[in-house]
Parts: sequence; C-alpha cells; structure tokens
Amino acid sequence: MAKKQIYYEDVEVGSEVPTLEKISTTQMAVRWAGASGDFNPLHWDESFAATQGTGGIITHGALKRAWLVQLVTDWIGAEGRVKKFACQYRGMDYPRRMATMGDPAEGETWLCKGTVANKKVEDGQHLVECDIWVENGKGEKTTPGSATVILPSKKA
Amino acid sequence: MADESIMTDEIKAMIGTLSEPVIMEVGRVAIRRYADAVGDENPLFHEVEDAKAAGYEDIICPPGFWGWPIKGRATIGGMSIVGAVLVKAGLFRILDGGVDQEFYIPIRAGDILTAYSKIADIREREGKAGKMIFTTVETTYLNQNGDTVAVNRATIIAR
Repeated sequence: MAKKQIYYEDVEVGSEVPTLEKISTTQMAVRWAGASGDFNPLHWDESFAATQGTGGIITHGALKRAWLVQLVTDWIGAEGRVKKFACQYRGMDYPRRMATMGDPAEGETWLCKGTVANKKVEDGQHLVECDIWVENGKGEKTTPGSATVILPSKKA
Repeated sequence: MADESIMTDEIKAMIGTLSEPVIMEVGRVAIRRYADAVGDENPLFHEVEDAKAAGYEDIICPPGFWGWPIKGRATIGGMSIVGAVLVKAGLFRILDGGVDQEFYIPIRAGDILTAYSKIADIREREGKAGKMIFTTVETTYLNQNGDTVAVNRATIIAR
C-alpha cells in the first residue's frame, strides 16, 4: 500500500481532512441504485420526482453519506478504523445530466470536507472526532455530519 | 388547519414494531461493485492481498455497506415497515433524513449478516414546509458468530 499512514500524534484539533471532490450525475445515481439496492425512482425518474416536491431528481442521501465515508477512510488509511459515523441530509442536491455516454454535462462539483474537532484516548483507543460535510457548488453544506475514528499511535 | 397534527393513531402504534430479520450475504463482487459506484478505489475494498496485509481475512466493506439481501427485503432504513402506513395516512412524500451509525467489528467478504430492525421512535416536527413525521429505524447487524458488528439508526421524513 503506497499511501502513507496517518497516526494519532499527526493530528491536532483544527487539522483539516484532505478534501475529496465528487460529481453527482444521473449515471452515478443509476450505478449507486444497482450497487446499494436503493431503487427509489426519486433518484432517476423525472416524472416520479415531479410528484415528490423535491424540485426534480435528487442525489441519494446515502450516496453523499458514502462520499463522506470515503473522505474519512481515505484519510485514516489502512490502519485506521471508523468507530462512529453520522450525517444528516439537510439540503437537496441535483445530479448533473450526462452529455455523452460517459461524460457529465457542465455543472456543479461537490466538495467533501472535514476538520478535527477533538482527540482523546479512551479505553486504550486513540480516538479522533471530526466534523465532516458535503458542500455544493454554491458552498452550502447540504450534508453535515460527524465521525469518530480510531487511529494507530506511534507510542503503541 | 395549520395546527392540526398529522400523526395518526395507526402511525403512532408503529413505535416498537420489529421487522422480519433480513439475511445479508457479504460477497467480494458486491463490495467491489458498491465501492466502484461511489468511485472509491481504496484497496481494502478491492484487493484481497492489501486487505490481508492490513490484518483482515478478506476485503472489507466500506463502513455503511452491509452486503446484499439473500432472504427478506432490505429497504432503506427499514422503510418497508413504516412506508405503507405513512402513505395510507396521506404522507406519500418520503425522504431519507440521515443516519447515525456505530461500528464494532469490520465486515468482510464471506460474512453472513442478520439484520434486525425496529421502529425506535416516531415524532412529529414543524419544518419550513409544514408538519412532518420523523421516524427512527434502528437496525442491528449480527454476523455468523452471533457478534453485533454494527448498529444503524436511520431517520425517515414523511410529509
């Protein structure tokens, strides 16, 4: 594994989690539906979405959750573990349509971000608590959340 | 009119309801396909050798993935338990509100999970768009050894 492992001692309150960029597309929604088993047509059928008061097809909340999980698991590396995870789907996000079979149309890009809120040793576990969120193209936090991770210690 | 509760007795009576257990098979293909759908190339979710080097028996699930149902129907946050009752009460606009999860043991390819869901709470709240019903479905996942591997609390918002 090429990636450098991060340790408890490397992290301070206020440290930033490296930003993860994502583009939600209708194609990604279909892929996500198939892989996750969530076939709610709200996420891929325009006419059904029109009945739901959402202003059109919206990105699966759980897909945004999975982006945030990736943000965290990319950061904590192979020796890190996620202990707790939470997020709320506060704002709706609207996927880009496809311009070609493989390329999305121009539009919004989403940023997954995080900062370290607290660190502590509890029951021998080196715990780091983070605030995490998904930001839409306007910089609005549509999906705020939090994660508690266990990091390896250099002293262990 | 605006002050009228949208909570029906039938909805309220759902609190405490248990679902039929759902059996989830955790296969390598399912894990990889899920990670691919997210655009997540983490080798722990793809490469057996990398997962083994990190001390796991096989590739592991990204936290929040529970495999694929082989018995029973797993719907988002146990929506199947309350969905019909909410729709019957005229609350047909149903959204996923969020999750709160605890992970105890990493889930790996080869695991067979049993998921037990219950309606932990149902409450009415006033939002920008008027009154809404918030339902919390708590799902506990056990592995083939009987160990609790994770607990997932999902919030469903209906209006």
